Amino acid sequence: MSHPAVPASTSIPSPVRIPLREIVPWAVLIGALAMITLFFISTEDGATALLSAGGYVHEFLHDGRHLMAFPCH
Amino acid sequence: MMRTLLVRGLIAGLLAGLAAAVFAFFVGEPHVDAAIAFEEATAGHHAEEPLVSRDVQRTIGLLSAHLGIGLALGGLFSVVFAVVYGRLGGFSVRAYSALLAGAAFVAVTLVPFLKYPANPPAVGQAGTAVSRTELYFVFLALSVITAGLAVAAARSFADRFGGWAASGIGILGYTVVMTVCAVLMPPVNEVPDDFPATLLWDFRLASLGGLVVLWLVLGAAFGTLVHRALAHRALAEAPAVAA
Repeated sequence: MSHPAVPASTSIPSPVRIPLREIVPWAVLIGALAMITLFFISTEDGATALLSAGGYVHEFLHDGRHLMAFPCH
Repeated sequence: MMRTLLVRGLIAGLLAGLAAAVFAFFVGEPHVDAAIAFEEATAGHHAEEPLVSRDVQRTIGLLSAHLGIGLALGGLFSVVFAVVYGRLGGFSVRAYSALLAGAAFVAVTLVPFLKYPANPPAVGQAGTAVSRTELYFVFLALSVITAGLAVAAARSFADRFGGWAASGIGILGYTVVMTVCAVLMPPVNEVPDDFPATLLWDFRLASLGGLVVLWLVLGAAFGTLVHRALAHRALAEAPAVAA
């Protein structure tokens, strides 16, 4: 460090707001992907089914669904 | 900036899912096994061969489910963090991450759990799976929307009443609305009469414990990773500022 006056690495600039315009496209993309993932892990092949996995998806994810408090069967 | 947050959100989510899966394997699985043993011992269930073996269900299946949920929640967490950061007062990155994880735990996990708690195998009638799923997700959506409105309301009150009182108003409002929703929405109670009460309690406690681990690790890991990323950025920009 040639600049002893520079604050230690723990110093953080005061909160700078991220412009909402910059967030929106990411929010749409991530929101859609997250919802698909959440649906697939929590509900697919259970209460309703988009694919016809015939119970395999349900049974593979069975214990995780029960323990993460999703209604299972 | 958003890319930085998203990548760290996904990493934090994976770590959270991994930690919760380890907790679920050691603390939760014994109760799942006990509930399945009860299910098979009672009438109506012949020990049919499962499509996916129990050994796969309780290891890779359990881990996959937790990593998937962790990834999804980590991604959503980074987006919500980006929206609230710097807009709800002058807290540090790590404080924002911890506060957001705590609030998300209450709104996404705890309050829905109090109304529609986790159920072990053998609890719940097959014929009501659709209606129970609908009730659960409707209540979850109500909780998340109400929490969002409460934060927005508290933010608009902050100028007049100060941050402390405005936060109190927001929390009070959320609590009142969700209490009314919980009282009005239909109960679900499909525990068989002879299902052991201690097993039900142990299973639900283990389930909630795993979800506490999930949010705890998500908030801690995200705060740590983003704090470090921003600290490096600040250092890199420092010489230019000094010159």
